[in-house]
Amino acid sequence: MEERCLCEPNEILIFSCAGSSNVGQIANQAAVRLAQEGIGRYFCLAGIGGHVSGMIESTKAGKVLIAIDGCPVGCAKKTLEHTGFNIDEYIQVTEFGIEKNHDLNILAPDVGKVRDHVTSLVSKRRGI
Amino acid sequence: MKIEILGMGCANCNKLYENALEAVKLSGKEVEVAKVEDIKKIMGYGVLSTPALVIDGVVKVAGKIPKVEEIKGWIK
Repeated sequence: MEERCLCEPNEILIFSCAGSSNVGQIANQAAVRLAQEGIGRYFCLAGIGGHVSGMIESTKAGKVLIAIDGCPVGCAKKTLEHTGFNIDEYIQVTEFGIEKNHDLNILAPDVGKVRDHVTSLVSKRRGI
Repeated sequence: MKIEILGMGCANCNKLYENALEAVKLSGKEVEVAKVEDIKKIMGYGVLSTPALVIDGVVKVAGKIPKVEEIKGWIK
């Protein structure tokens, strides 16, 4: 694996729910795609919840925080807010008309809807 | 007390290392300062942005270069 210097700025940080429902997994998969496409850097929500000092301090260095939750329970949002972080862009998968259930066989078009929406929000912020 | 500077050896990492050495000197305390350049060890701290400064296993700052005075304030 190529060793990339971590000094490159992480301007846009993406945190997602990865809960045990279809919408939690859609949120997580959308975040993975956004990271793979270079839209933002995928960060570890569990590390924030666990108060891991390295994760907390690395998050403080970010400029824009994006949180993707699966449903209105809002675990990603609450986890970040409990730790004192302000979320700049917030998305809930259920707002895209996707009903929450416990079927973990998620559909690519559902992931695509969330991915497209976040990409558009980031483009607006970048003035593209 | 042990201070570790996490970074893969770029200019920012070296600057933080220099600041840490200066802070230790001004504090008059006996503190070990070490560079950690192995990315696996860096990621073992949960750090995703460097340079980072760790004091006795706790990450005090990541992705920034704190000033000498700030680092000195962390040295007990």
